[in-house]
Amino acid sequence: MEREINPRQELLSNIRRRQRWDFAFAMMGLMSLLFALLTLLALIVDLAITGVPRIDFAFFMNFPSRFPAKAGIISAWVGSLCVMLTTAFCAIPLGIAAGVYLEEYAKKNWFSQLIELNIINLAGIPSITYGLMALGLFVYQFKLGQSILTAGLTLGLLVLPIIIVTTREAIRSVPNLIREASYAMGASKWQTIRHHILPYSTGGILTGVIISLSRAIGETAPLITIGALTFIAFLPTSPIVGHVPFVSFKWLMDPFTVMPIQMFNWLSRPQEEFHVNAAATGVVLLVMTLLMNAGAIYLRSRFRKKMKW
Amino acid sequence: MRTKNQLKKLSEFTSAKHPVRRMRRLKERAIESLLFLAAASSVLVTVAIVSILVTESIPFFEKVTLKEFLTDTEWTPLFENAHYGILPLINGTFLSTMIALIVAIPLGTVAAAFLSEYVRPSVREFLKPVLELLAAVPSVIYGYFALLFVTPLLQKMIPTLGGFNVLSAGLVMGVMIIPYVSSLSEDAMQSVPSHLREASFAVGASRMQTAFHVVIPAAFSGISSAYILGVSRAFGETMVVAIAAGMQPNLTLDPTQPAATITAFIVQVSLGDLPHGSIGYRSIYVAGLSLLILTLCFNILGLWLRKKFQEKE
Repeated sequence: MEREINPRQELLSNIRRRQRWDFAFAMMGLMSLLFALLTLLALIVDLAITGVPRIDFAFFMNFPSRFPAKAGIISAWVGSLCVMLTTAFCAIPLGIAAGVYLEEYAKKNWFSQLIELNIINLAGIPSITYGLMALGLFVYQFKLGQSILTAGLTLGLLVLPIIIVTTREAIRSVPNLIREASYAMGASKWQTIRHHILPYSTGGILTGVIISLSRAIGETAPLITIGALTFIAFLPTSPIVGHVPFVSFKWLMDPFTVMPIQMFNWLSRPQEEFHVNAAATGVVLLVMTLLMNAGAIYLRSRFRKKMKW
Repeated sequence: MRTKNQLKKLSEFTSAKHPVRRMRRLKERAIESLLFLAAASSVLVTVAIVSILVTESIPFFEKVTLKEFLTDTEWTPLFENAHYGILPLINGTFLSTMIALIVAIPLGTVAAAFLSEYVRPSVREFLKPVLELLAAVPSVIYGYFALLFVTPLLQKMIPTLGGFNVLSAGLVMGVMIIPYVSSLSEDAMQSVPSHLREASFAVGASRMQTAFHVVIPAAFSGISSAYILGVSRAFGETMVVAIAAGMQPNLTLDPTQPAATITAFIVQVSLGDLPHGSIGYRSIYVAGLSLLILTLCFNILGLWLRKKFQEKE
């Protein structure tokens, strides 16, 4: 005699099986997230344990040296600062202007489509090819040398797509009502952008700017490619001079090193003491990047809350 | 009388020929042109990259035949007995990318599905930026981590492992690109309309079944572009492999061996002092051009795959 199958029981066991699978998958998801986050934590803790004890005031004020205990990062952090300034000066106006054009002015034609496609592609191009381009174009053809200016321009072009994309997103989130109201008052297109669209999208644009600078400060490969020196025992020329006009831009043409290159240099030496220096530099670099990113996240959430149209 | 005069003035002002209006129009036009130039400059960047890479590479091929370049199994452009075969570098790039993808694609996709389908929006809003911090860490720090943390850890499991190896570099690169994969995938899954999910729940599917049978297929074109971005990142990643994988061009499929990628070779050469125009100088441009072509091919392949999947829907 055949055993009678209880349809209710079968349904229940079916449901239970699927619930088990569902739970197992949720656990897998949690594990992958935890794995990623724990790796990040391990990286930070490992770096901090080795690096933090090495950091003192002298470490920030000393030049690199053959003796690991005497070595410091003053030329590296000053170099990073100068390069960042140049990068910001070159990329921010260009990026915002391009974003505004693409979002507010561009007509739907082949050229604006080309620009859009191009920006997507630029974001996918390996950063080291920017370095190769800069070596051929800025260093040798424009004869700018292996200078702060070359480095700033290179990184500026590298982060340009990030600024353009975030500017566009920020502008797109300003509702059309604002534009129409402004036009109705007789404002011209530029007045509308200048007095309404840009102020309302400042939060988003600022987020993009911070993110792009945090990316630029950690970039190593393109700067090595343009031939940045790894051992610099002097500072760039002072921007303030004793005679008229009191400011000098000579520092733009000076050779430089930056924090990630200094770290790489110490890391590629065999002695363990230099690895400790590398870790300490890494801590400084990581703290700066994480702070910048945290700032960007905070700004983004704050402006999102504030701007309920 | 006064009002009449004012009206006349006003009508003059509103006419397009009034000098103030003309100036204003001119200014608007000038601003638009300036903004246009800024946008067009992004195209110039691409043109500059491609043209510099090509023009600096051409003299290389006057000395080395394309056949030697593509078939020689040794890459030693700086040695006395120079060989110019790109294969070992491409092999290194592919090997490290494969290891990175084995880590990043499953973990990234599952994490994205979890964030999109299982987690409350408030928790997601918090977790996603934290996960994205992984992508914000400078790659030279990942290099440190691979060389001085992951490699010693792996050496406990594989005692024969050398100090430089592709395995640890690839694994760390994998973790590094998880956010690229997961973030874009999650965005794609989020943009799947919720009525599809609700329909699936209504016929009795569990969340996991909904994720696998409804959400992921519907979001596949977005997910695949996340994968493509991940691959592009892995191809172009430089510092992790330069630090942790050694810089020896090595034609091997064994991940426990040291090997150089295209990018690591460029770094190695750039660290030295190369005269402008020498064959060594040309060789980094050839390597860079190969890398660009590889990345481009992969992107086109991805685009084609995406089109194919989209047509199916």
